[in-house]
Amino acid sequence: MGSFDTFLQQIFNGLVLGSLYALIALGYTMVYGIVNLINFAHGDVLMVGALTALSAITLTHAAVPGLPGWGLMIVGMLAAIAVCIVLSLLIERVAYRPLRNAPRLAPLITAIGVSILLQTVAMIIWGRNHLTYPQLLPADPIAIGPATVTATKLAVIALSTVIMIGLLVLVQRTRLGRAMRATAENPRVAGLMGVNPNAVIAATFAIGAALAAVAGVMYAAVYSVAHFYMGFIPGLKAFTAAVLGGIGNIPGAMLGGILLGLIEALGAGYIDQLTGGVFGSNYQDVFAFIVLCAVLILRPSGLLGERVADRA
Amino acid sequence: MNSSKRIAVATVASLAAALLLAVLGGCGRKEDAGSGKSGAAGNVILIGHVAPLSGGDAHLGKDNENGARLAADEINAAGGVKLGDKTYRVEIQGEDDKADPREGTLVAQKLVDAGVVAVVGHLNSGSSIPASKIYKDADVAQISPSSTAVKYTDQGFKTTFRVVANDRQQGTAMANYATDVLKAKTVAIVDDRTAYGQGLVDIVEQVVKEHGATVITREYTDNKASDFNAILTKIRATKPDVIIYGGMDDTAGPMAKQVHQLGIKTPLIGGDGSCTLEFIKLAGDGADQMTCTRGGEAVERLPKGDQFMTRYQAKFGSPVQIYAPYSYDAVYVIVDAIRRAGSLDRAAVTAAVATTDYAGLTGHIAFDAKGDLKNGAISVYKVQDGKLNFVSTTR
Repeated sequence: MGSFDTFLQQIFNGLVLGSLYALIALGYTMVYGIVNLINFAHGDVLMVGALTALSAITLTHAAVPGLPGWGLMIVGMLAAIAVCIVLSLLIERVAYRPLRNAPRLAPLITAIGVSILLQTVAMIIWGRNHLTYPQLLPADPIAIGPATVTATKLAVIALSTVIMIGLLVLVQRTRLGRAMRATAENPRVAGLMGVNPNAVIAATFAIGAALAAVAGVMYAAVYSVAHFYMGFIPGLKAFTAAVLGGIGNIPGAMLGGILLGLIEALGAGYIDQLTGGVFGSNYQDVFAFIVLCAVLILRPSGLLGERVADRA
Repeated sequence: MNSSKRIAVATVASLAAALLLAVLGGCGRKEDAGSGKSGAAGNVILIGHVAPLSGGDAHLGKDNENGARLAADEINAAGGVKLGDKTYRVEIQGEDDKADPREGTLVAQKLVDAGVVAVVGHLNSGSSIPASKIYKDADVAQISPSSTAVKYTDQGFKTTFRVVANDRQQGTAMANYATDVLKAKTVAIVDDRTAYGQGLVDIVEQVVKEHGATVITREYTDNKASDFNAILTKIRATKPDVIIYGGMDDTAGPMAKQVHQLGIKTPLIGGDGSCTLEFIKLAGDGADQMTCTRGGEAVERLPKGDQFMTRYQAKFGSPVQIYAPYSYDAVYVIVDAIRRAGSLDRAAVTAAVATTDYAGLTGHIAFDAKGDLKNGAISVYKVQDGKLNFVSTTR
């Protein structure tokens, strides 16, 4: 296998990882754009989504044994989306709305508290063990040109592309999207113009939660494990991606996610060749964060970021 | 203004509540410790057990703890331990170290303060090694049923023991399998950057080179990772004859699955941490590529092994993952030492453990000067059709 084939395979690996990061990063960035809150519980919403889907899939499989894998996947995903939206609205109403005008540190700390709470509750419900995710789509390797892929990974890329396009249309072309942009600009003025900020903020949380649910199900399906703290690492990485792209900026989160995925894959694959063997794949995360630091030094607001002055 | 004042009040109130809870919790803990001490002085022998009960290794931690509890229950059912004219019950105080080195030292101190006579654990070498210093300072014998890293007993502590073979033996067995049985000329090595994973494959690397094979790539991940596609793609390009992984089953499983999904047909070799039923579950279609080793005899083939497996299954409703027989034996070794020492004095018990000569479930147990198991065995298993099939045992 030639080195170019390996390169293409790494690009594909990076795209799969990056699409997942992008979907999660969108949730961070949309919420930040509107209420200036870094919702650290977002990764755990993803975890709840993945575990809910697992339960739904298990129950449905027992009730309707004949249902094909993709059907179960859709059932699981719908259940996850529903539960995550309700959960996220609840979190927003109980934990964030009362603190909306508080100093910015207060909701941040609340968010961390919610994150710990969700993990603990999930541990009580689903247990501490790693749970095996059922193989819903065929896992056998498919050779497409030089790259080896699986149906699940292709589904990840396809689904996230569709979702991201849909989201851009929603934000740029619909009434709700205009209300969201107006609230992000200035909640008070938007209120004077007849926008209900609470409804818009709730809608933003709901959309972010739905994206996290989809990402959670796909994340668990690709890596075939789910557990109560599975949201932590992807949440952290996606937050990094959102900052990389410019937090608050929707295309920025998509770009940041894809970039971070590619950087991680290529970093792990090529860092030792680039450094003449001084650094190995143990430095792959370091590599990703060096890129992040460099971007933030050169462009403090992220790649596509804007309006830092009134945000900071 | 009004709202910020309200928030200030709320903050103060919640801080006060947190403080109150901390104080109450602290008191509660102190009381626990007190009762633990008085328990040891009364008619209870307190033995500590440490393993991860949450996180990716929780199933293995629970397995170890179950083994220890089974032994304690049997000893108590058989009349407990008689010292002089008093009869003692054996009690296991199980602690969770989350497979984390820092957490390991915290619970070690907690057990020492609670008045344990000796400790069974920890599960992971990465946690056992830093904790061993605390046990040494308190003269508490520490018998690990599963920490295989060479460094664990290499520190010159008189209190440090293990009832499994170490990674020098295990790494050699893995390397032998790669070069002698699979006839590998080129080897790719991956580890999870823990004391266990890295220590194990360092030895494999050394022995493989002595046998004339080349290590064409050495890759790294960490023990919380879930995506290995990047390093596996890199390994695929170097076309090794075999891939060797040092790490636990919660990473080895997904890794084997991704090996399969990337169309890599190369055989895998893993150590004891990935030689479990959980690995097979997580690895899915990739499981059959794995050959793995365990420190110790193949317990199910030992005279008392089958019976133990049945008793364990009946009591806990799940099969033995891997090292429960060893934590079971470790409890018996401690109780045997207490009987021979004739006291619950920690130093006396530690000295008695060092001269152990005990016929256990897992074979004959005696320790060398370092605290390593004398004549430890390594068993090789091959995964086939969702089962671990015994291949051979070496010493």
